[in-house]
Amino acid sequence: MSGEHAPSTPVAEERASLLTPFNIVTGLIVLVGLILTVLRFTKGLAGVTNLSDNNPWGIWISFDLLCGVALAAGGYTTSAACYVFGMKRYHAAVRPAILTAFLGYALVVFALHYDVGRPWRLPYPIFYSPGPTSVLFEVGLCVFLYLIVLFLEWTPSALEWLRQKRWRNLMVRMTLALTIFGVVLSTMHQSSLGALFLIAPSKLHPLWYSSYLPVFFFISSIAAGLSMVIFEGTLSHRYLHDKMDAHYLEGHDQVALGFGRGAAIVLVVYFFLKLVGLALDNNWHYLLTGYGAMYAVELLGFVALPALLYAVGVREKNLKVIRWAAVLTVLGIVLNRFNVSWFAFNWHLPAAERYFPSWMEVAVSLYIVTVGLLIFRFIATRMPIFHEHPDFKETEPEEEEPHEHEPRPHPQSFGH
Amino acid sequence: MQRRHFLGLLGATAATAVLGKPAQAGPKHFTGYPDSFGVLFDATRCIGCRRCEAGCNRVNGLPAPARPFDDLSVLDTPRRTDARTFTVVNRYSTARGPVYRKNQCQHCLEPACASSCFVAAYAKTPQGAVIWEEGVCVGCRYCMIACPFDIPTFEYWDPLAPRIMKCHLCYPHITAGTLRVPGCVGACPTEALVYGRRVDLLREARHRFHLFPGRYLDHIYGEHEMGGTNWLYISGVPFREIGLREDLGVTPAPEFTSGALAAVPIIAAAWPALLLGIYAISQAKDKAARQEKRQALREALAKAQEECQAELAKVKAKAEADKKAAIEREVKKALEEAAKAQAAKEEGE
Ligand code: SF4
Ligand code: SF4
Ligand code: SF4
Repeated sequence: MSGEHAPSTPVAEERASLLTPFNIVTGLIVLVGLILTVLRFTKGLAGVTNLSDNNPWGIWISFDLLCGVALAAGGYTTSAACYVFGMKRYHAAVRPAILTAFLGYALVVFALHYDVGRPWRLPYPIFYSPGPTSVLFEVGLCVFLYLIVLFLEWTPSALEWLRQKRWRNLMVRMTLALTIFGVVLSTMHQSSLGALFLIAPSKLHPLWYSSYLPVFFFISSIAAGLSMVIFEGTLSHRYLHDKMDAHYLEGHDQVALGFGRGAAIVLVVYFFLKLVGLALDNNWHYLLTGYGAMYAVELLGFVALPALLYAVGVREKNLKVIRWAAVLTVLGIVLNRFNVSWFAFNWHLPAAERYFPSWMEVAVSLYIVTVGLLIFRFIATRMPIFHEHPDFKETEPEEEEPHEHEPRPHPQSFGH
Repeated sequence: MQRRHFLGLLGATAATAVLGKPAQAGPKHFTGYPDSFGVLFDATRCIGCRRCEAGCNRVNGLPAPARPFDDLSVLDTPRRTDARTFTVVNRYSTARGPVYRKNQCQHCLEPACASSCFVAAYAKTPQGAVIWEEGVCVGCRYCMIACPFDIPTFEYWDPLAPRIMKCHLCYPHITAGTLRVPGCVGACPTEALVYGRRVDLLREARHRFHLFPGRYLDHIYGEHEMGGTNWLYISGVPFREIGLREDLGVTPAPEFTSGALAAVPIIAAAWPALLLGIYAISQAKDKAARQEKRQALREALAKAQEECQAELAKVKAKAEADKKAAIEREVKKALEEAAKAQAAKEEGE
């Protein structure tokens, strides 16, 4: 493809490549997803899921909600790093991270429409009948508000695409306020997702049940967010390379190194916090059971090991090692969320009464991820995500000296 | 006023009918609503006839079960409540032979289900019942996650309006006046179930401990479990042997999440301040860095200028010197030439 960064892909070119393997596979998944959607809303949850009275939450909560939200944490971590902590060299990573987070959250809400019994009542907790004693209420409220924040944070890309300079500048001016609001909301709901399980100490295995669950979920979401940025950066780099400008590409490796260092620190902190939790509840004796083995695998293989890999990768500036660490961390977060909400939940029940998803539940989750991927590609190939819009360059010097609270990066700080 | 009336009426009828003596006012310091009603289940009296199941089914108009209520082979497999069954009786083999226990909502004093519902679909009534209202339920099923007794159930087969189904202590029937005691209690042939004020039930249980030494364990399950429940159990065998968990503790469920919820306003208040502080520091650092850069530039420029000036001066001086030398040379040359000319002239003369 051409080396210049056209905001839109020529239509003809897309037509010609309609029957690529990628399109065929995604097309099939979407088709199956649509059929299952019809089934869900005609036959009920019983028609497509293995949910039961003992196991009211399945993979749509474990994966779509818990993992979805944790892995979309790249949005708040990246924008906080860039705009609050002043690490402006990560500026190029902000837009893709915001877009992924926005899509991630939108898909979480979309997925919930499949899972809850009466989806059209999803606004009820916020607008009609709030139940503030519920942790889920807090989750719902924060996710709802954060979705709006992410949308606003993303609008500059769309407005640049639509060439609405006035509105775009207005939105950019709100960056700092939005970022701080976003971090506050993320802190709350990332931790609250862990707090959801605080109410059921009798159902969750003691190795995972801890009064620190909210803290664990919050800290690990930071590691998840940083790792997802690295991981997605790698993927996008491979498949959307032609949409990237020099500014993004130049920042790409720097982002991986910087975020890798951050993730290493966060993972070490997380590791020790988990040990403190284990010690405080005096749960050491559980380590010798089957669940203990699972716990050890999670903690050593998917927290300690990636922390080590990150440290080594950053020290030797080895991007390959850093990417492996990112993949491991992401898998570790998924394993942790699965453990808390699925594998170690209802552990007191006999095996026959435990939950295992039906293929249809898995297919719906896959369908939702695919939809997200397609929308991401659609937006990233058209709007200025991996490149700066030629009319809205932030890297070129500005006339007037930006005033104190201008959150935008300064041209001097790009280290030419 | 209305509540008083209701309680007065019921207290008088139910308690006298069941206990055979007038109900007394409850003690002053009491967790949960005073004068709330509940049921006492006596496992030593239950014969596993399933009449309570049938009674519950009838008064609540639930669908007919797959196997009729007089089919006692159902007891061979343990069952739980489901969306068509608010209560089940299970048989447990124990050291004292088979023991039966009825299961249904325990009507906790501080219910996990109600505290976990994000649309407040549940209510703990002052009369004791924990009821669920269809009007606002989203169907998220968090209440099912929260309930330590695995009680709420869900109509999974309903595509658009699935309900949470569970025992409501016959609250709708009793408030409507169609029933004076819950359907299951009324159907029990052995008085294994007794309906009354919770305080009276506790007293009655202790009375039975006293009356029949050795028949019961000295524990009323539900007096303190999960902060206390309105449904109470007494038994001659350990409660865990009849399917009641003994590891639940006495902490009411809402307390498990109250700490996390209390942290919310703290985060909301402290985080922005903290983040703005960090922002200010990073800005100041940036500014300082920029200023430093500018200062360095200025200094470099000044130095360059100075050097330049010095160079210029040097060049000038050299030029001056050169000029002087050249003039001198020229003068010398001119003088020499003049001298030569003079000499030639003198020779020629
Ligand atoms: S037993 Fe379960 S459903 Fe019944 S009140 Fe207690 S928490 Fe709620
Ligand atoms: S399923 Fe209904 S009643 Fe239960 S927590 Fe959700 S909204 Fe509340
Ligand atoms: S109290 Fe009423 S709803 Fe509950 S089990 Fe008895 S009859 Fe059924």
